[in-house]
Amino acid sequence: MTVPDGPHPVLAERTGETLVPTHCCFCGVQCGMYLRVDRRGKVFGVEPRDHDINRMRMCPKGINAYQQINHPDRLTAPLLRERRDQPFRAVGWEEALDHTAERIRRIQQESGRDAFGVLGGASLFTEKAYLVGKFARVAARTRHVDYNGRLCMVSAAGANKLAFGIDRAANPFADILQTDCLLIAGANVGECFPVLTQYLWGARDRGAKLIVVDPRETVIARTADEHVALRSGTDAAFFNAVLHVLVREQLTDEDFLAAHATGWAELKAKVSEYPPDRAARICGVPAEQVVRVARMFGSAPRAMAWHARGIEHHTQGVANCLTVINLCTATGNLGRPGAGYGTLTGQGNGQGGREHGQKSDMLPGGRSISDPVHRAEVAAIWGIAEADLPPAGTSMMEMVWQMQAGEIRGLLGVCNNPFVSLPHYATVKDGYDKLDFHVQLDFFLSETAANAHVVLPVTTWAEDEGVMANAEARVVKHNKAQEPPPGVRTDTWVLCELARRLGHGDKFDFPGSREVFEELRRASAGAVNDYYGITYERLEATGGLAWPCPDLEHPGTPRLFEDGRTYHPDGRVHLQTVDWHPPAEPQDAEYPLTLTTGRTVAHFLSGNQTRRLDPLVAQTPRPWVELHPSLGYANGQPVKVSSRRGSMVLPALVTEAIRPDHVFVPYHWAYPVAANELTIDALDPRSKIPEFKVCAVRIEPAAAVDPVAAPPRPPGRAAHPAPDDMSPPTAPQGRGTDDRR
Amino acid sequence: MLGRTLFIDPGRCIGCQACVSACRECDSHRGTSMIHVDYPDAGHSTAALPTVCMHCEDPVAPCAEVCPAEAILVTADGVVQTADPTRCIGCGNCVGACPFGVPQVDPAQKLQLKCNLCYDRTSAGLAPMCATVCPSGALFYGTLEQLTTERPGVSVVTEFAFGEVVVSTGVAMVAPASHRGPVPGGLPLVEVNGRPA
Repeated sequence: MTVPDGPHPVLAERTGETLVPTHCCFCGVQCGMYLRVDRRGKVFGVEPRDHDINRMRMCPKGINAYQQINHPDRLTAPLLRERRDQPFRAVGWEEALDHTAERIRRIQQESGRDAFGVLGGASLFTEKAYLVGKFARVAARTRHVDYNGRLCMVSAAGANKLAFGIDRAANPFADILQTDCLLIAGANVGECFPVLTQYLWGARDRGAKLIVVDPRETVIARTADEHVALRSGTDAAFFNAVLHVLVREQLTDEDFLAAHATGWAELKAKVSEYPPDRAARICGVPAEQVVRVARMFGSAPRAMAWHARGIEHHTQGVANCLTVINLCTATGNLGRPGAGYGTLTGQGNGQGGREHGQKSDMLPGGRSISDPVHRAEVAAIWGIAEADLPPAGTSMMEMVWQMQAGEIRGLLGVCNNPFVSLPHYATVKDGYDKLDFHVQLDFFLSETAANAHVVLPVTTWAEDEGVMANAEARVVKHNKAQEPPPGVRTDTWVLCELARRLGHGDKFDFPGSREVFEELRRASAGAVNDYYGITYERLEATGGLAWPCPDLEHPGTPRLFEDGRTYHPDGRVHLQTVDWHPPAEPQDAEYPLTLTTGRTVAHFLSGNQTRRLDPLVAQTPRPWVELHPSLGYANGQPVKVSSRRGSMVLPALVTEAIRPDHVFVPYHWAYPVAANELTIDALDPRSKIPEFKVCAVRIEPAAAVDPVAAPPRPPGRAAHPAPDDMSPPTAPQGRGTDDRR
Repeated sequence: MLGRTLFIDPGRCIGCQACVSACRECDSHRGTSMIHVDYPDAGHSTAALPTVCMHCEDPVAPCAEVCPAEAILVTADGVVQTADPTRCIGCGNCVGACPFGVPQVDPAQKLQLKCNLCYDRTSAGLAPMCATVCPSGALFYGTLEQLTTERPGVSVVTEFAFGEVVVSTGVAMVAPASHRGPVPGGLPLVEVNGRPA
């Protein structure tokens, strides 16, 4: 590990500013950065940091992230209204908290404890994610708690648990530099994790092969050795066929399988049903390409696969992830430098946020809320009787359906924006509108918060300290760079104050993040997700530690399975057979095209943050519909995109870099140009992840594009000028015409 | 022989515009980016190209040569500075003269906007912001020896042909090892997996 870097010598000495070492708030790479703090203690800029995760490299979101901190849209006072048809009024914290606690109490008295739910987010520090889970179960005593990682990582989580008994990437990023063949599936690395491209190019400089599986030509697919532009929703068929060829050509590692895996005989029988010709028909790619990919991956001395939402946002998301694990295991590519498997987390703490109890079925340490032994262990830490710990709840989308049905009448949301991020906007809005009480914690007024009864202003990532775990399961320390505005509190403080009003203050006596982290360490001790050996001091000294880290001398676990054992009791990889099934909503005569959704480099998830930052808005001011020239549209032409759930008009971005039978819409903008007006709320039955990546749509010419709504801002703030001048897309990844210049 | 300079590798560019955002953060021109990203194959592929000042030589950069106010100065290390605001009249001659399409003129301020290679950083031994943050290595700052240490076999060019005119530049561009002579038209030459792209 790198020794900690001190203040940047040249610039700090010259200007008298302070450089605070921390990490980015955005994606799961968790780039190190400095925040530049002026003499008055205000953050005014960013400086690249030579942390070993990113070695000074940054993406446009990270470079502009600091502009959130002192942004004029910041929420700076609690907002309250009794009914949604009333305007918000600014109130003091005592009134807002008393009102909230009273409404929680009343709802639970009238309709039972489970009538109140809690929804968290995976961009929270791990301490706060832990506290969300504890608050729901111990203070609100409800079974209903889930988080927005339900829209991100839960398919990968499900597959990891089934196969390995542990839910994290098997290898660190640095292993990419040592691999001989890198398979990237459903991960638009250049736009979602731009800094990872240094690792990809580092591997290729050594002669490594790159295989990219994606319906679109992403920026890394353009130069890949193989770009498999398959139909969205056919990943399982493709990977089964690759494994079929590996078996046929004896490229599997039978010794490894015999020593370290179970279920190989059944899996081999299953993939015998997937010859390349079958995959070619299902996936829409040449059969020869299946063979080439299999030979490339299977013949590499060390091969590695990483994937992201593109194969996970499906009704068989868990199955898709399992087929990639099957490939790595069958070729013996686990537990060695340059050989392995990983999943790329989209949110800054997409890994850490799912580890310690924020999920509907999980307790700290990755323990199961259904396991009596696990329950007793956590209840003891929390000082409650095991019987008082609620059972498992339901997933985020299911909670919305329960809100519609009146089973959940009240909700506390923190660090999420479901109005933009959950699929099927009409259902989401209906669910939230039916709530008798809704309180949202945020630092900007998101579309979801703007619909709430109470909005509580909380800190940005730079106004508190805490940890996140990046996509390689490395726990990194974020440091406080600035005091928050006077009316703003930490999420920790808010949750503790609410818990006190609900009568459980004795279990929520946390002055700050450090004290929460100390309890989290104890709560995770002895479990699979063991953080016991991680302290703030050790993180500062090392630059970050990968869990499991069971004691204070343990060096951390950058690479799993080096001892040849998984975390199942038998120590083996539990291979699972997978059959491919069509998506919930295949193309048909009425809706002949497939919509797939995803990110653009300038924006982050629901866009609640990035849609307020002028440089990022200038880079990408509005969404578009990306489509192939054979569909007959001119670049910039208004196109109406319709699904069975809604429609919108977007400018066309005409490019050959997408399949002719697919269209793509980025998902960062809100109604009336929110991709979730089109997407389907069909769920993977195991992970409950929505199928964002496939639904059936049709397109037709239209007269004018729908406007981009300015993000909501607190009452009384001056309006930002709308960024939208209605001109065609300018420069989203070079896919269209740059005719503004 | 190249000293410390920028190396552009268009084959690596992912078009993320981190360089543009980073340029905006450089203290010498805070708030305004002096560079941009072009998309030379728009509508067909995701190819992208960072467009930075090439700091031409030969013997004087064309923009400096045509400047009627002598506002564009070249420091001893070959860096073509942005126009001196006390001298620049915003006439736009430099825009027309530059074969790479780099300078822009702010008509309201009557002032040229052009990369100065983050002179406050490079003169203090740091890399320019754009190359510091570039996620893919499409922009690299250092010596040719440092570049070839990281990427054995890489080949670079510093001569570009525009019709009959050959311009030598202080900034280098990675080109296929098979290429000989000036790069025509200033457009990138990229080979992907041994094929022109």
